[in-house]
Amino acid sequence: MFGIEDGWIWSAYLLCLLATLLCIFYGAIHWNHDGNETPTPEDQTWAKEEEKVDEAL
Amino acid sequence: MSLMTLSITAIIYLGVVAYLGFRGYRATRTTTDYLVAGRQAHPVIMALSYGATFISTSAIVGFGGAAAVFGMGLLWLTFLNIFLGIFIAFTVFGKRTRMMGHHLQAHTFAELLGRRFRSRFIQGFAGLIILLFMPLYAAAVLIGASRYIETAFAMDYNTAVVICSIIVAAYVIAGGLKGVMYTDALQGGIMFVGMLVLLVYTYGRLGGLIDAHQNLSDLPTRIEAQYQQLQPQIRALAPPEIPDGALGGWLAAQADALKAGTADKSDAEKAAFLAAHPRLAPVGALLKAHPVLTSKLVVDKLAKGGWRGWTRMPAAGTNFFYVLISSIIMGVGVGVLAQPQLVVRFMTVRSGRELNRATLVGGVFILAMTGVAFVVGALSNVWFALPEHGGKVALGSVAGGNSDLIIPSFVTGALPQWFGVLFMLTLLSAAMSTLSSQFHTIGASIGRDFYEKGILGAQEHPRTVFITRVGILLGLIATVVLTFRLPPGVITVATAIFFGLCASSFLPIFLGGLYWKRMTKAGAIASLVAGFGVSFFWLMFVQMVSGKYPAVMSSLFLHKDSLLPGPVAGVQWRWLEALFVGLPVSLVVAVVVSLLTKPEPRDHVEMCFKEIGR
Repeated sequence: MFGIEDGWIWSAYLLCLLATLLCIFYGAIHWNHDGNETPTPEDQTWAKEEEKVDEAL
Repeated sequence: MSLMTLSITAIIYLGVVAYLGFRGYRATRTTTDYLVAGRQAHPVIMALSYGATFISTSAIVGFGGAAAVFGMGLLWLTFLNIFLGIFIAFTVFGKRTRMMGHHLQAHTFAELLGRRFRSRFIQGFAGLIILLFMPLYAAAVLIGASRYIETAFAMDYNTAVVICSIIVAAYVIAGGLKGVMYTDALQGGIMFVGMLVLLVYTYGRLGGLIDAHQNLSDLPTRIEAQYQQLQPQIRALAPPEIPDGALGGWLAAQADALKAGTADKSDAEKAAFLAAHPRLAPVGALLKAHPVLTSKLVVDKLAKGGWRGWTRMPAAGTNFFYVLISSIIMGVGVGVLAQPQLVVRFMTVRSGRELNRATLVGGVFILAMTGVAFVVGALSNVWFALPEHGGKVALGSVAGGNSDLIIPSFVTGALPQWFGVLFMLTLLSAAMSTLSSQFHTIGASIGRDFYEKGILGAQEHPRTVFITRVGILLGLIATVVLTFRLPPGVITVATAIFFGLCASSFLPIFLGGLYWKRMTKAGAIASLVAGFGVSFFWLMFVQMVSGKYPAVMSSLFLHKDSLLPGPVAGVQWRWLEALFVGLPVSLVVAVVVSLLTKPEPRDHVEMCFKEIGR
């Protein structure tokens, strides 16, 4: 397949494409899932502290 | 490379980067800023900026070069990069890491583990492992960038390292540790286009997808056929006592002697050497007149390690088999799940939705990066073997047989010059952003994790900033020293060691921390210490890294290359990556010790898992 005789190689080639398709389908199906319109106070506290950590660095 | 092309492309590129940086400063710059401001970032910009930090010169230059040697078997690593490194990392680890990180107000990977198990020791010890070994991985990235500059400007390697180090130091000192999202996205975009151009060019130049692969499959046979035709000429030069069947070995010995006597020597020294060894001069002339003989020597040398072709897996049980599968594919492919500098990125996203979207773009991006680099790396052998490109396979076409030079040489030779410059600037800035996140991690590990929590046990301390700066400086110095000292072709090795060590030490407690409420502090500490201890012992006493370098401590104290020099129970332990021993041990220890010790307080566990799993 694909000009490659060793099944271990062409199956890796094929699996790369299939794994990418899996990522594409998963991302497309869940494109708008798990979103917060406004971050929670806990998220914002975390983010402000993260900025402080970054500034210190 | 012409100075004019370089200057014009560099000025345009830096102008765009400066504009994007300026735009970023006026509004929100980083993913965290978006979270603070409660605003939304464009999903493509966000995903491309992720891509740029995931991929560095190490993956493209180092592992692409390894594909030119090992062949397309490296595509198994691309599969793991996409399936484990993107799909599983984002969907299984990412969302829980983000939520638990925010519940626990954790800002580093070590802090997440430490707070999950209420252990100062875990945070301090994990920080220590990261700060001690991260310079090895940073060196792999810096070597990739330096090899590119060395090739593109036909410059001495040491000078290239000095230039790269000065740029990195300036970038870090100027406060460039914080990645600007627009700039990262631009780098990601150019890398993406650059790799696609490289793929289309390579397949197009070699006759299309199937013909290109077929050419690569047939290359060893073609080399052998051409060698057979040249055998009478070799016979004429070789002493009569050498049988026909041993002519290849004789030629290899002559070529090695010639290389040892003339490499890096002045013209006068070369002439003196050849005068002293009159039989070598005609061998040199024959090798020069027929580049295919160099290809034959390369192929014979590879075959001794178990290599069977660029489109075939190495023979089972051989040196190449262990290095390719246990170190390059599994060590790096599994190790990516417990990378401290990547795990923290999960916490900076605004919501789980961004991770869903990044799964789509990330999968495509990694395919375009490592997938293309490995396919093109392997196919570069056919390109280099064309008469107009020198007529030798990739490893024979680069100085000193250094695989780290193959991709830079191929890109410089194959792409239009202006695009080559743009691609180089992008790769270099990608190296900078990766190095930034590595030094960011080193700084946080020494200041926040090791010093503040591990030693002082304090929340905040005025000296932490000073300790952090000293830590970053020492990390930089260690990285530069390693970049000078490490041997050629080392990028994959250094990356695999770091990734394998991280997986053995952190993966069971990271996974257990996110998914197993019954996991205890004692189980986590025992797993961390056992995983690191066993892996470190393995690296020091047993594993011959890259299948050829002696285990350091075994060599020093026992005067043996490895504590296990021969096969035991049919396994060549000396070539096996430390991950294969360290990870099972840390996994078993985590489960057994957790089950034997008292569960963690219910209120703490409930707080960690709040809203998780719904």
